[in-house]
Amino acid sequence: MNEKKRSLLQNKGVQSLLASLLCILAGLLIGYLVLLIINPAGAWEAIVTIVENFLYYPSPQAQIRYFGNTLVKTAPLLMCSLSVLFAYKVGLFNIGAAGQYVIGAGACLYCALAWQMPWFVCMLAAVAAGAVLGAISGALKAYRNVNEVISCIMLNWISLYAVNVLLSQVKETASPYTLTLSSTNPGALLPSLGLGDLFQNNRYVTLAIPLTVLVAAAIWVLLEKTKLGYELKATGFNKYAAQYCGMKEKRNIILTMVIAGGLAGLGAAALYLTGFEQWQTTHSSIPSMGFNGIAAAFLGGLNPIGSIFASYFIQHITNGGAYVDKTMYSAQISDLISSLIIYLCGFVLFFKSLLDRRLARQAERAAARAKAEKGGESK
Amino acid sequence: MEQPYAIEMLHITKRFPGIVANDNITLRLRKGEIHALLGENGAGKSTLMSVLFGLYQPEEGAIKKDGREVRIKDPNDANDLGIGMVHQHFKLVECFTVLDNIILGVEPCRHGFLQKADARKKVLDLSEKYGLKVDPDALVEDITVGMQQRTEILKMLYRDNEILIFDEPTAVLTPQEIDELMEIMRGLAAEGKSILFISHKLNEIMEVADRCTVLRKGRYVGTVEVKDTTKEELSRMMVGRNVEFVVHKEPAVPKEVLLEVEGLTVASKLHSNNAVRNVSFSVRAGEIVCIAGIDGNGQTELVYGLTGLEPVKEGKILLKGADITRAPIRQRSTGGMSHIPEDRHKHGLVLDYTLEDNMVLQRYFEPEFVTSAGFLKRRAIRAYALRLIEQYDVRSGQGPVTIARSMSGGNQQKAIVAREIDKNPDLLVAVQPTRGLDVGAIEYIHRQIVAQRDAGKGVLLVSLELDEVMALSDRILVMYEGEIVGELDPKTTTVEEMGLYMAGAKRKGA
Repeated sequence: MNEKKRSLLQNKGVQSLLASLLCILAGLLIGYLVLLIINPAGAWEAIVTIVENFLYYPSPQAQIRYFGNTLVKTAPLLMCSLSVLFAYKVGLFNIGAAGQYVIGAGACLYCALAWQMPWFVCMLAAVAAGAVLGAISGALKAYRNVNEVISCIMLNWISLYAVNVLLSQVKETASPYTLTLSSTNPGALLPSLGLGDLFQNNRYVTLAIPLTVLVAAAIWVLLEKTKLGYELKATGFNKYAAQYCGMKEKRNIILTMVIAGGLAGLGAAALYLTGFEQWQTTHSSIPSMGFNGIAAAFLGGLNPIGSIFASYFIQHITNGGAYVDKTMYSAQISDLISSLIIYLCGFVLFFKSLLDRRLARQAERAAARAKAEKGGESK
Repeated sequence: MEQPYAIEMLHITKRFPGIVANDNITLRLRKGEIHALLGENGAGKSTLMSVLFGLYQPEEGAIKKDGREVRIKDPNDANDLGIGMVHQHFKLVECFTVLDNIILGVEPCRHGFLQKADARKKVLDLSEKYGLKVDPDALVEDITVGMQQRTEILKMLYRDNEILIFDEPTAVLTPQEIDELMEIMRGLAAEGKSILFISHKLNEIMEVADRCTVLRKGRYVGTVEVKDTTKEELSRMMVGRNVEFVVHKEPAVPKEVLLEVEGLTVASKLHSNNAVRNVSFSVRAGEIVCIAGIDGNGQTELVYGLTGLEPVKEGKILLKGADITRAPIRQRSTGGMSHIPEDRHKHGLVLDYTLEDNMVLQRYFEPEFVTSAGFLKRRAIRAYALRLIEQYDVRSGQGPVTIARSMSGGNQQKAIVAREIDKNPDLLVAVQPTRGLDVGAIEYIHRQIVAQRDAGKGVLLVSLELDEVMALSDRILVMYEGEIVGELDPKTTTVEEMGLYMAGAKRKGA
């Protein structure tokens, strides 16, 4: 391998991108193999459908409209992935993004439906609820050294059932779903800013989409350009050094979880305040959004900007899965395939370290060769 | 008649990249004797024991057991040869009982079921025979350190080990427990066990050992009969005569008191005793005060207490007259204290940060480097880092953007020294600032420290290297078991005298 190529491969950004692409390919390949095993006849068509997503529709109008739907669901995923990413940069694993997302959904829907609040109040309520939940895990970690993964997982379930109970007060009488915003409180719907018109009158396309992209950029700036980001990352890399130079590492841990929780809460507002989905008060499993956020964060190479694309990709194939031919495959196949691909997305770091080790071995061998040659000369 | 040798280590040489850890060392252990192995930190004691235990393979030399040459490839071979070791930090399973720990790895089984009754009988017999009082059913986490050590000894005896190695066994014991241990060791030797006793406490060696082998800087100094020698002679053999580093400096001109410590007590994380006990001293502007002592006598905890890394239990710390006993670290730092930490990887650097980000670790919050809105002034940081790199000759692959982890230890240390000195402190606390560095870097850092003193700063230097202590200090405080046992003047004292204080053989007023 020549020097230029190697140094390019050693570039962290290039490595992340390569590893992410490898993961996507591996995920699609294994998904395809599973489809082949279940029913070889439709496998190729099904995998193409998944990758195509909205392109499955013949008319350009429908394509754009359904592209809009994918974006609507990308926004909350992006927030969850930023939540995971942000905590990870400070050395914490926020598996509680799922619960913070749930409590955010509960808070914004309750504000909207029970108290008839306008959208921005509902959104702030969601952020605050997620932040409080994050603060609990953060405080437990900082002051009592309770593993944040454990406390987050428990809080995930607590928030799910708490939200089910809370939102049962504002559900439709005949169904387990919450009342629709458009019938109860249109003022709580996020403003479209004319964006809906761009997507063939897709009224779910709102302010949420550009807002979440802006938040991603803001998180990048916060981490890379500010004093706070410098402190938080230093704490994450080496809490002893952070303590040594007088940073308040306990405060930093709590603050990190507050911000991470707030991001996940905002994600919930970005979906539920569009009216795209109603909350189902009989949910007995935590919505996968928060967990997919983990995959999106890693697939995006733990970079906020990478998260934007990774979140979109994951949502793209998840939506695409819905179009798989149900006469050949059972209804769950779409979830199975997309979760397989998402699962493999988690292997980004693995591929990255594999690549690193390969390069290191090559460098070592080159060095050994150089040394051997030099040794030979001296003898 | 000469007793036969149980173990002979002949002309052992073990090299590591850059250093010779053991250089032609010979150690002969007689049957039934207590043989002390004496040397400073880094003298090569641990390496030699690791060779005996099969953890390292020597480049040269041979090991003989009962006169026959053996090859010890790994600790299992050592165990088969009857060599057992009590490590300085016990290797016990905390949530198991004493009995379970003793039989761990050699559990008596029948048809896959544990036969604990036999094991218990054997353990109780051994315990009685050698006076090793233990409760076989107590959980290790509930028993005293002394009983944990007896459990470790029983582990060796249960395995029928003939050669017992004790690695600094008294470091964690109370004086009473030490007396008991000495008694036990004598009993074991009387029963024909051969004991290797690693220590740098002269009193204990004089009390219990038959012979003593001394190492210094990886070399064999000699083996002496303890009854024919004195503490002074052993201490001279251990530390050597010659001060090897000469630092040119003018006599100190101490001025006002900068740091005042009164009755400082700091708790220990390892055991229930306090690590620092009622320590009082002061540091003036324009002098280098050195805390000397053998590793683990409370120096680390003293510095943690001074710099705020650990809370102070009792006592008072005054910096330029202001009480900072409970002040947060940042306040001490901005109040004029700089700290070159003992462990540069743990505390001194964020290894995954770039060199420039590490250079501003103590100053990133100053208006010079951050806007009022909280944004870092990247250009100012770069310029500052470049200046420090230039001025303090910090070498790295890619300059300010080099990841600190990829730099050499010496340059990492130089970066820390640059950062802490350039902060322009009134008081510089430097802990083992030259550990693991090559001669060039050591000289450089020594010159910087003296320059700080000459610029009117106070320097508190903590060092384990006697040469460094002698070369740099204007006053020496010797720490032993958490207390300051002596204050010496480097111009009038000798390394031998200091060694006696360090080993607890002498204390002020005694």
